[in-house]
Amino acid sequence: MTLQEIIDRLNLTVLTEKKDFTAITPSGVYASDLLSCVMAGAHRRGLWITLQSHVNIVAVAALLDLSAVIITEGSTPEPDVIQKANREEVTLLLTPAPTYTVAGKLWELGLREG
Amino acid sequence: MAQLPLSEQDMLVDRGAGFITRAEELAYELKVEQVMTRDVKTVTPRTLIIDVLNLFREARISGAPVVDQDRLVGVISIEDLIRALRDSGRSELRASVSDYMTTRLVTVNVYDSIIEALKLFAKTKLGRLLVVDRAGRLAGIITKGDITRGLLNALQRDIETEELKRYRASHLFEDIISDRTSLILRYHIAPRDFINGGAASSNIKRALLRLGANPQLARRCGVAVYEAEMNLIIHATNGGDIEVEIEPHQIVIHVTDDGPGIEDIEQAMQPGFSTAPPEIRELGFGAGMGLQNIKRSVDELNIESTPARPRLIMKPKRGREEWELSREPAPGQGTRLTMKFFLQADQSLERHSSTGRESAE
Ligand SMILES: Nc1ncnc2c1ncn2[C@@H]1O[C@H](COP(=O)(O)OP(=O)(O)OP(=O)(O)O)[C@@H](O)[C@H]1O
Ligand SMILES: [Mg+2]
Repeated sequence: MTLQEIIDRLNLTVLTEKKDFTAITPSGVYASDLLSCVMAGAHRRGLWITLQSHVNIVAVAALLDLSAVIITEGSTPEPDVIQKANREEVTLLLTPAPTYTVAGKLWELGLREG
Repeated sequence: MAQLPLSEQDMLVDRGAGFITRAEELAYELKVEQVMTRDVKTVTPRTLIIDVLNLFREARISGAPVVDQDRLVGVISIEDLIRALRDSGRSELRASVSDYMTTRLVTVNVYDSIIEALKLFAKTKLGRLLVVDRAGRLAGIITKGDITRGLLNALQRDIETEELKRYRASHLFEDIISDRTSLILRYHIAPRDFINGGAASSNIKRALLRLGANPQLARRCGVAVYEAEMNLIIHATNGGDIEVEIEPHQIVIHVTDDGPGIEDIEQAMQPGFSTAPPEIRELGFGAGMGLQNIKRSVDELNIESTPARPRLIMKPKRGREEWELSREPAPGQGTRLTMKFFLQADQSLERHSSTGRESAE
């Protein structure tokens, strides 16, 4: 499943610069709002679902080489967070849906932990 | 070209994705004069249509600017020639360019970004644009092909610069001969500086990759330093310092601060133990997992800490009836974390001693 298909199926808003999302296939999904749990649990090239939207999510995503961060409940990041994400080539996606719903839909699409 | 054994392919995929954005960025950075064709075949208003036709056929071009004594006055294209022929048959081959050229000129400046040229291509549906210099004279022409070629060349230069950096850095330990060579990187971390949180760790990770470190190792170091860096930002009164000592076979990272120190290190190591205040927990810190993550990432960990020891300083005021008290903690407090990573022989940053790393393309 490519990131583009995920963006389309879940109707996610792309907050950062567009990339060729059809070339990115996330390895799995991890959901948590606690950053050091993400550090421990998320896998390289995975997706991360969180309702955190402050600047440190970019650092975590960049260090873990995550495919994208899905920010839930419409918790829109500040412009400087988006700027930093663009500099670090981290993709930020936004949805009004809560974490549980997003996780459920991704599970239905066949994505698993990782 | 030497390359890493495992994940080179992965990295290429990663880079490929990044380049889409990089190409857009370059469209703003690159100037028209960097990609245009300078050597342009021109005609004058008095050139005969028959000669233009021959020129087009010989030079395999489909249009040419019309220049009159250094001045750009028009452009003539194959469509104009067809119009000339349709108008009055072969007799018009004796007509001159001035009768059929287009004088409504679409130009870009030499100093415009190529994004301007791209916008004009989209707007006008033209196949080529005339490029003029600051004095309004013809300097060249630009086609979509020129732009594509220019972008690809610039992207190639980007890759080469990163590869060159990586290549040069990855030979550091071979090129410099000593009994024991090490490279030291130092970073100062300011307290509560959440904005730059993670900057030191990502710079360290990048440095290790450039030095030719295995990506898995670079990631482990990145994670461990990130947690230590955030602990300085969150828990240390005055922030602290990170010092990374890189040697071909091991990486030793010291993280030091001057307080408040850790009361009970074993308790602090317990998963879930955290003294982070509520406003910091709101940001997603304070799971009490940071030290655990460090432990999982390193090959050896040493934590020393001197918690605040009480100190009371008393100075008499006004005839010894009142005393001024200050309760600054005694000096010498603080925490020092030492994280070690040992590199297997095949991961050594010194290529001589590695096996199979130098495999040719
Ligand atoms: N440099 C330090 N100075 C003083 N206390 C520290 C330092 N580093 C860690 N601690 C103490 O150790 C505890 C556990 O640290 P750890 O990194 O595991 O968790 P945390 O920072 O509280 O939360 P998390 O890292 O999950 O966001 C901290 O809450 C703090 O009390
Ligand atoms: Mg911590």
